[in-house]
Amino acid sequence: MSSKDYETYYVPEQSHWPIVGALALFLIAIGAGSYVANLDTGEGVGGYILLAGIALIIYMMFGWFTNVIDESMSGKYSAQMDTSFRQGMSWFIFSEVMFFAAFFGALFYARMLSVPWLGGEGNNFETWNVLWPEFQASWPLIKTPAGSETEAMGWYGLPLINTILLLTSSFTAHFAHVALEHNKRAALKAWLGLTIILGSIFLVLQVVEYQHAYAEMDLTLTSGIYGNTFYMLTGFHGMHVTLGTIMLIVMFLRVSRGHFTPDNHFAFQATSWYWHFVDVVWVLLFVFVYIL
Amino acid sequence: MTTVTDTMDNVDAQHDHHADHKMTGIKRWLLTTNHKDIGSLYLWFSFIMLLTGGAMAMVIRAELFQPGLQIVEPDFFNQMTTVHGLIMVFGAIMPAFTGLANWMIPMMIGAPDMALPRLNNWSFWILPFAFSILLASLFMEGGGPNFGWTFYAPLSTTYSNGSTAFFVFAVHIMGISSIMGAINIIVTIMNMRAPGMTYMKMPLFVWTFFITAYLLIAVMPVLAGTVTMVLTDTYFGTSFFDAAGGGDPVLFQHIFWFFGHPEVYIMILPAFGIVSTIIPAFARKPLFGYSSMVYATASIAFLSFIVWAHHMFTTGMPLAGELFFMYCTMLIAVPTGVKVFNWVATMWRGAITFETPMLFSIAFVILFTIGGFSGLMLAMTPVDFQYHDTYFVVAHFHYVLVTGSLFSIFAAVYYWLPKWTGHMYSESLGRWHFWCSIISVNVLFFPMHFLGLAGMPRRIPDYALQFADFNKWVSIGGFAFGLSQLIFLALVIKCVRAGKQAEAKSWEGAEGLEWTVASPAPYHTFATPPKVD
Repeated sequence: MSSKDYETYYVPEQSHWPIVGALALFLIAIGAGSYVANLDTGEGVGGYILLAGIALIIYMMFGWFTNVIDESMSGKYSAQMDTSFRQGMSWFIFSEVMFFAAFFGALFYARMLSVPWLGGEGNNFETWNVLWPEFQASWPLIKTPAGSETEAMGWYGLPLINTILLLTSSFTAHFAHVALEHNKRAALKAWLGLTIILGSIFLVLQVVEYQHAYAEMDLTLTSGIYGNTFYMLTGFHGMHVTLGTIMLIVMFLRVSRGHFTPDNHFAFQATSWYWHFVDVVWVLLFVFVYIL
Repeated sequence: MTTVTDTMDNVDAQHDHHADHKMTGIKRWLLTTNHKDIGSLYLWFSFIMLLTGGAMAMVIRAELFQPGLQIVEPDFFNQMTTVHGLIMVFGAIMPAFTGLANWMIPMMIGAPDMALPRLNNWSFWILPFAFSILLASLFMEGGGPNFGWTFYAPLSTTYSNGSTAFFVFAVHIMGISSIMGAINIIVTIMNMRAPGMTYMKMPLFVWTFFITAYLLIAVMPVLAGTVTMVLTDTYFGTSFFDAAGGGDPVLFQHIFWFFGHPEVYIMILPAFGIVSTIIPAFARKPLFGYSSMVYATASIAFLSFIVWAHHMFTTGMPLAGELFFMYCTMLIAVPTGVKVFNWVATMWRGAITFETPMLFSIAFVILFTIGGFSGLMLAMTPVDFQYHDTYFVVAHFHYVLVTGSLFSIFAAVYYWLPKWTGHMYSESLGRWHFWCSIISVNVLFFPMHFLGLAGMPRRIPDYALQFADFNKWVSIGGFAFGLSQLIFLALVIKCVRAGKQAEAKSWEGAEGLEWTVASPAPYHTFATPPKVD
């Protein structure tokens, strides 16, 4: 502990960004709430409030991060501050892991328990016999107890290509980090650019896969628990890849402006951690949603 | 536990240096990055929420004063029980603890502020917005959430009213607030301790908040996932909680209680920390078994992740599941027993005085133990088949949350008010508050045990005639307890405005870094960390 520099922990002055951020979340929450509550009629201004909230939060992020970058570049931060940021980011990623855990939990519960039970397993013979005697338990659940049918998404083809793309991008992100630590700026930009391209192709292919699923396979968000878990898990993962790609683009722009040194590059590090995290989630998805 | 070599002169010098940093007026509170300002905001917000949720409890008790339907419609009654629960859990108890953490942790570990001060401000200011949405939903067409604070599917999905989307998004942003607040607490404790302040020298108060913060970041995202599934089931045609699509309403309960049970400990572990600070101060003895307290807290936190299904014994789990969750739950009594033993052992042969913080702490030990024992009764599966969803459960969790969590918060406020305001509060008013509260709260909650054992179900606006007498007394106790809290409000306002000047070390037996700085605590403390031996 004593080796740390305690004299210079930077306590920022008053800032208006947090209250702007709180207002933005307020607009997002009431906007999304009233948009969703009026989905059937399509009435109301909820959508516009939601967009205003999103615009405001983007504005806040620009402003807040600009402040932090200026403070960092002008040397106000100590090594202790850097540790605060790193720990903060790690625990944030941990909270994201737990968010995905809720949906994986739902998937495992459905596969291992609720679907077999509906098919009469355990002491549920009478449940099956009385409620849906036609129902046959299977996973992927291609025919629900209520009778809606769908097709199962295979793992070869697009999902396999996407897995390869995303795994490769984890390596390129790592190589970019190594290049940064050795102060090889050209290699850094090249690896970082390649990571962004791989991430973007992944997202495009994901959209293609969704279109295929909706148009030709009848696999939709409403196709019972199989479609539910498929779209919620891959959908939230896709949102995280989108966010990660935006973060990578911001890092690319900052690198182009000459930001980051081999010793001081928290934002880059955080982005890289985040990117590895979305990769790991994808590997789990690929195994449990697509293959098994 | 810790010895401090920081002089008052040093502290005063810091004070002068930073005095010009404070803004005035509303801007100070909106833009602040100061942990003490944010702590005060959290505490005042939670008190307003306590009165709001309390007013809803008064509606509930007024309706239940006698059998039959007389004051409110059943649907509105359901909205009152739902929003009362949500507000008390997420709006009153949790923010009050976060407020105490904000005020005290940096001072207790010798840090200049929280590790991420701007994030801290954001965490707080989300809350008033989130709760305005929740409260506004009560006035919407079709009314607010009416499915109980546990929002079980299909009540919250298939059978919910139009405002569920607002409920979901309000919970989402509350969750964001809690997660960011928890990250801040963890990073502050891990990274900002003064030199020499090792983990095992930290005040137990800091330890309990540290562990609580881990519980928060582990389970608040799961709550976010739960409400998201409720949202898509309700509005987007998914069937997570609908057997017709291969889902299961019981899945909802599993995911919810995986969040919900650690959540219960999020609301009691900080209370353990508070009581473990106050009892040694007024018994004038060091805390008995400090390290066993740390390990007991960690054990309780760990166990909280593997006991969730004891809330669901009657849903028809496999027998192995029932037994596993029953035994794990009963196991929690062991570390909790260690704590109660240690508190009593701390008081044993101490030179005890009974100022208001100590009165509330002793009441905590006794009444929380009653709540713990009724919890143990509920943990037994076959017995729970009888008690489930009766007033016995209501009695149990109100003993834990009101005479447990809330009383510990009162104790903490009394204990640190001199440090916060620079004035001693009125001890006689404090005693009035204590005695009115302790009598009325037992009139309020104790008969609920008997009502529950006799079979009165919870969450109903009407009841069978044989429950009338007890319900009348419960309601009278409820009104009295509600009114007693106005004494507290008056006392706090009086203390903020004026009072006997408090010394830096306001209590004879008080220990810890916070008592080495002046009262009221300077706006910035420990800009240079103190040395802890």
